[in-house]
Amino acid sequence: MDTATVDTRPSYLENGHSWQSWLLTKDHKRIAILYLITITLFFFIGGLFALLIRLELMTPAGDMVEAETYNKFFTMHGVAMVFFFLIPSIPAVLGNFLVPVMIGAKDLAFPRINLLSWYILVVGGLFTLGAVVMGGVDTGWTFYTPYSTAASNTHVIMTGLGVFISGFSSILTGLNFIVTIHKMRAPGMTWFRLPLFIWAHYATSIIQILGTPVVAIAVLLVALERTLHIGIFDPNLGGDPVLYQHLFWFYSHPAVYIMVLPGMGVISELIAAFARKAIFGYKFVAFSSLGIALVGFFVWGHHMFVSSQSVYAALIFSFLSYLVAIPSAIKTFNWTATLYKGSISYQSPMIYAFGFLGLFLVGGLTGLFLAALGLDVHVHDTYFVVAHFHYIMVGGSIMAYLGGMHYWWPKISGRMYPEGWAKFAALMVFVGFNLTFFPQFLLGYLGMPRRYHMYPEEWQVLNVLSTAGASILGVGYLIPMVYFTWSFVKGEKAPANPWGATGLEWTIPSPPPTENFTTTPIVTEEAYAYSNREMKVA
Amino acid sequence: MWFKNPFVPEQASEFASSVDTFYFFMVSVSAFFAILVVTLVAVFAIRYRRRHEHEAGTPVHGALALELTWTLIPLGIAMVMFFWGASIFFAMSKPPSNAMEIYVVGKRWMWKFQHMTGQREINELHVPVGQPVKLLVGSEDVIHSVYIPAFRVKMDAVPGRTTTLWFTPTKTGRYHLFCAEYCGQKHSGMRGTVVVLEPAEFQAWLAGGPATGSMADAGQKLFNDLACATCHRDDASGRGPSLKDVFGSTVTLAGGATVTADDAYLRESIVNPQAKIVEGYAPLMPTFQGLVTEEQLNQLIAYIKAQAGGTPGTAAPATGTPAPGAPAASGTQPSTE
Ligand code: HEC
Ligand SMILES: [Cu+2]
Ligand SMILES: [Cu+2]
Repeated sequence: MDTATVDTRPSYLENGHSWQSWLLTKDHKRIAILYLITITLFFFIGGLFALLIRLELMTPAGDMVEAETYNKFFTMHGVAMVFFFLIPSIPAVLGNFLVPVMIGAKDLAFPRINLLSWYILVVGGLFTLGAVVMGGVDTGWTFYTPYSTAASNTHVIMTGLGVFISGFSSILTGLNFIVTIHKMRAPGMTWFRLPLFIWAHYATSIIQILGTPVVAIAVLLVALERTLHIGIFDPNLGGDPVLYQHLFWFYSHPAVYIMVLPGMGVISELIAAFARKAIFGYKFVAFSSLGIALVGFFVWGHHMFVSSQSVYAALIFSFLSYLVAIPSAIKTFNWTATLYKGSISYQSPMIYAFGFLGLFLVGGLTGLFLAALGLDVHVHDTYFVVAHFHYIMVGGSIMAYLGGMHYWWPKISGRMYPEGWAKFAALMVFVGFNLTFFPQFLLGYLGMPRRYHMYPEEWQVLNVLSTAGASILGVGYLIPMVYFTWSFVKGEKAPANPWGATGLEWTIPSPPPTENFTTTPIVTEEAYAYSNREMKVA
Repeated sequence: MWFKNPFVPEQASEFASSVDTFYFFMVSVSAFFAILVVTLVAVFAIRYRRRHEHEAGTPVHGALALELTWTLIPLGIAMVMFFWGASIFFAMSKPPSNAMEIYVVGKRWMWKFQHMTGQREINELHVPVGQPVKLLVGSEDVIHSVYIPAFRVKMDAVPGRTTTLWFTPTKTGRYHLFCAEYCGQKHSGMRGTVVVLEPAEFQAWLAGGPATGSMADAGQKLFNDLACATCHRDDASGRGPSLKDVFGSTVTLAGGATVTADDAYLRESIVNPQAKIVEGYAPLMPTFQGLVTEEQLNQLIAYIKAQAGGTPGTAAPATGTPAPGAPAASGTQPSTE
């Protein structure tokens, strides 16, 4: 299986050119492309709102837009980025494309459900966009009660429905992955021969299935309380506003791992491929994904240390939050150790992986600050938190997503992209990102609360730096958009295995034929068996 | 500190220095690990860079000893962080019994304060330096959060509940007070100033303020106006229990459970009387939810507390005389005279 199969069948991209052949496709690879287009759109919508936020914050006075408009900006930024970009990003695009291929299957277990998941996401997205067009929503992506149920007079229900609907997309994708990974592995592809990308997606899928229903119910209850005044959350109706926070974070903390675990899976692949070496401590890395998924369900209360939750509950949540940090530390050390005695090349996907390591490190370490009870009291709901989760979700997840896109782009499109530009963009993203978000840690410790339309003058310098960084970051994201689009049409044709990497995806042509494999592959070796072979780029 | 770190807010409470010390510890540990990992990555990346196209890495098999090392050492450090953070939090959640109590009500988009002696303030809070202050926080509409960065304290104002927060100011001056929980349109305008005064100045300020009668006095008037007094008498002759000494006492409920009558209990007894029924009484008290404002509720509670008389924070104001030297009589506080 280490030589590329000579295959004369049309690639999945060539197999049908009509609209129906795309919109009614059951091919996981085409569905991945549909997702790619959809989430890229949402990324740019979310990004546009981010830009507007940063522009407003250039000056301490709220002088660019009205307070209410600003509140809508950050709400729409969060909703678009979290629910319609980050959560689907790696699983729905790279996962969809690669999970079957990496385990030697022809497709996911339920191809029709896979297509359905995409349609559901689109419908959810349309609801949310509809809410934006009709005037937007101003509750913050967290929809905290009783503000969302009793006070806000914006389009909460419509947006909530969008989130509710898109949740089913996530659940169905997770279900599809779990069944596929259990049932459709090629002969010889034992659990411990699976690429770590698969382990990460398996763990992610568990969270999607178990967590998403809870947030769906929470938003539904918000909608019911708004319309029927049922008194679940509003104290004037006999409800408890803090109950909502429990329901919301029961999902939304694990959701952080929906956003970051797949990224960790990507990084494992990148480091193995560009160090040409098996991941050090494979089993520790694999099980740490499961560990994170499991313990991640019991730390939600760390978002509520100052919400009047009991001191003892806070103690337990703080303790468990420290425990859940350990598997991430294990992964980081194992990735570092993998580099030892590797054969390390600095091609662009690896540059993104290096970027991920740096940014994820900062994001993870500052998480320890927030898990510390006495310190969280001060920095909770400030820019320190904003900076922390952007380091994880933008610095970590988006870096990994871009790294993965650069790594698998030749496989997906059958074309190469300009390597020089790719490295340049990676550098722009890294520098722009740090300039945007590092000052926000400082602002947070100085006491700047989040979701502030105007702020005291003494914080202007740091805010201007942040805005300057955001513009660099924005350009850094636009460049790959341009050269990927260009490459799709004009790029040099990619060989089956441009990186000399192991993994079943590199044994089939670029782009792969619709059925992926001519004959079901038989797996005889561990993942990342670089030492067994002579390295060949072909 | 011997120099002014521009990235740390003013240290103006006893918590500020302990939180900052912990913060510097966290920054140091993080910097150490960040530098360690980045250096290792850089050194490996250069030392083991690919020299020719067909080269593969040399297999190195996982080592259990190494895995255990980088699991257990971080775990140990994490536990230090946990205990240190928790100990500060514990101190923050236990107001001393001699703390001066002030009621705070968040309302979109302003902060209303009322001192036990009756003075009201909006978006400005005067407190004396060196005196523990306990804020009893409520909200009239949505969730807000009282945040005073210079004191390193924060507590949500949750409608339907009374939450508490305390601090001892250590430095006179004017400090920001923010609403930290998003509450709608003018959230970022929901700001105020905490003015920390020398005790003498504070007494003068209290004396100069419009003395409309203490909170307890206002509460007593409400108690009569709302006809609480028809059921609650000073002796056991009413249909409801006497409230004279209830605050701080242990109340036995129908069914045998007991509960300490603190602020939260009194609040619940008024807005949701059916939640806990006192043993030996019928559940006939009507709810006052919606009939009293958040501030009136605070005044009623202040009155009930004042009758019990025992707690230092309320003892002085119960006399109803906001004369200099009277409020918040704490042994350490110098008097103006
Ligand atoms: C119709 C008679 C009635 C009125 C009017 C009434 N209460 Fe009560 N209250 C009761 C009864 C009976 C109980 C004991 C049963 C229970 O716990 O509900 C009680 C209990 C309480 C308690 C708990 C006492 C304890 O010993 O634990 C408080 C506090 C209280 N009431 C405050 C008030 C206040 C303040 C008002 C006026 C705003 C008020 N009540 C008006 C009948 C009344
Ligand atoms: Cu969390
Ligand atoms: Cu507020």
